[in-house]
Amino acid sequence: MSGIILEKLDDNRWLLPQTGGMRVPGIIYANEKIYQLLKGDESAKQVANVAHLPGIVNFSLAMPDVHWGYGFPIGGVAAFDLDGGIISPGGVGYDINCGCRLMTTNLTLGDIKARLSDLTTALYQHIPSGVGSTGSVKLSGKDQKKVLEEGAAWAVKVGFGSAEDLETTEDGGAIMGADPEQVSARALERGKEQLGTLGSGNHFLEIEVVQEIFDEEAAKAFGLHKGQIAVMIHTGSRGLGYQICDDYLALMVKHAQETGIVLPDRQLACAYLESGRGKNYLAAMACGANYAWANRQILMHKTREVFEKTLRLSPRDVNMRLVYDVCHNIAKIESFNIGGVLKKLCVHRKGATRAFPAGHEAVPERYRKVGQPVLIPGDMGTGSYVLVGQPKATEETFGSACHGAGRVMSRSQAIKNSRGRSIARELSEKGVLVMAGSKGTLSEEMPEAYKNLQDVVQVMHEAGIARKVAKLKSIACIKG
Amino acid sequence: MSHYKLFDHTADIGVEVTGRTRKELFVNAAEALFDIMLESKSGDVSAKKRKTITVEGADVADLLINFLRELLYLFNGEKFVTGSCDIIEFSNKELRTRLTGELFNRKKQTIKTEIKAVTYSGLTVEKVKTGWKARIIFDV
Repeated sequence: MSGIILEKLDDNRWLLPQTGGMRVPGIIYANEKIYQLLKGDESAKQVANVAHLPGIVNFSLAMPDVHWGYGFPIGGVAAFDLDGGIISPGGVGYDINCGCRLMTTNLTLGDIKARLSDLTTALYQHIPSGVGSTGSVKLSGKDQKKVLEEGAAWAVKVGFGSAEDLETTEDGGAIMGADPEQVSARALERGKEQLGTLGSGNHFLEIEVVQEIFDEEAAKAFGLHKGQIAVMIHTGSRGLGYQICDDYLALMVKHAQETGIVLPDRQLACAYLESGRGKNYLAAMACGANYAWANRQILMHKTREVFEKTLRLSPRDVNMRLVYDVCHNIAKIESFNIGGVLKKLCVHRKGATRAFPAGHEAVPERYRKVGQPVLIPGDMGTGSYVLVGQPKATEETFGSACHGAGRVMSRSQAIKNSRGRSIARELSEKGVLVMAGSKGTLSEEMPEAYKNLQDVVQVMHEAGIARKVAKLKSIACIKG
Repeated sequence: MSHYKLFDHTADIGVEVTGRTRKELFVNAAEALFDIMLESKSGDVSAKKRKTITVEGADVADLLINFLRELLYLFNGEKFVTGSCDIIEFSNKELRTRLTGELFNRKKQTIKTEIKAVTYSGLTVEKVKTGWKARIIFDV
């Protein structure tokens, strides 16, 4: 852990004391087991590095799924004062608005069991996945501009899904202030053919079954009940987002040199929020975020169609309803109470999910009494958790919770460990049907490469950041 | 002997590249980038297409990253697979390189690993006894 000594605050939190050029201390959410895993990588050092950035407020935070990333740790949360603070493309990540959406159905396992293989095959055929996959939605320059400005609403307007879907999408499926003029020709070019695609790596589409309910009231509000079939989609802004991040990082490396911002790691390159470059990045990032929401909206619609066609059921019988859509790679301008004063901050969530509590105005009306659904996908084949945001999140973590299990094993190690094994067969023995474009992806993403999701979620639950609502088990998974 | 080796990184891919000269370091880094991404099914990359690229940078490390970023963009944005690079101008702030290669062809190559980006994270470029050494992390 690069000589960093953490002080235990309580069962679920560790303090990273302020030293050297750190402007604030760090706090890492972890139990004893996760703390032991932290020793194996550089993530604590990355939490300390983030604390060096100008305008950081309260703490540099890490959620329990924290692991070694580039620049910011994955699972990192940091908020910056609009006055004197910075925005960092590396603090958002290459995959701008990588996120998840969960849909429920009226179906039970019994309804689809006999057709599961056909259903999975049909999904695999109709949802383009894999490296550099191109979609069925070809965009003209004019349409692409609208996608970047309007996000999921554009997809609904052209026939992918319904307006009701937007009500349960974070920010209604679009961040305001998106300006396509701030997106490079290169990024636009890469985005033209990739709308409506899943991509590769850890992105997936899973059919899941609700296995356990922990909180009846919240589950009822979210429309979840035991035995129900649900679908989870995990993807983001594809090549367009990667290129926006890449373009602006290079600009900001220059900006930091010109403005004298001291960076412990160049990947933390940033610009002051009030600077032209800072504002331009925010406007370009919003475009990337909106593209990702349109992408997930289109994928959901295709999933609905595949379910109806393959199972020969009417839309009413399948009733695929969007529970929620969250982004977990993003920077947002949000207001928080800092020392008794409501302040506008730029909250970076790099592999972290927003987790607003009951009563918060950004929570969709139909969930406002219980709080915002927090979707936590696990490793391939394990399934997912649905949590609900708690008041402590707005007090301690700028309204943020974990976003997944978090890797513990490098990809090369995972490939080594899976040599001579068939990961697909192992998963099938556990009752998970997997279809993937490449064997390499299956090895890299095998369950042992990740932390135990239950531990990660339990930390959030016990720390009072997000409460457990339901656990879902995967039964089929498609990957790139 | 290979001029690069992979090092372990939890979420991404790290590569340590060496070269007797600065130029060689850059050429070897380009080779590592494409080796990680692609697997050849039949034969070497041809020299059917040529391109000359110019990249700028604040220092040698910045130049190296910008050089690799450009090659990665050419692949992702224009499907251009770099087969060889010949550095024709190398100053402290600018690099001009002549590339030969071909368009990506699924019959000839498969994509092993999608590299999202060449990162600045933990980047080091240093002069060592035997020449030059760089450590680079690719986001995958």
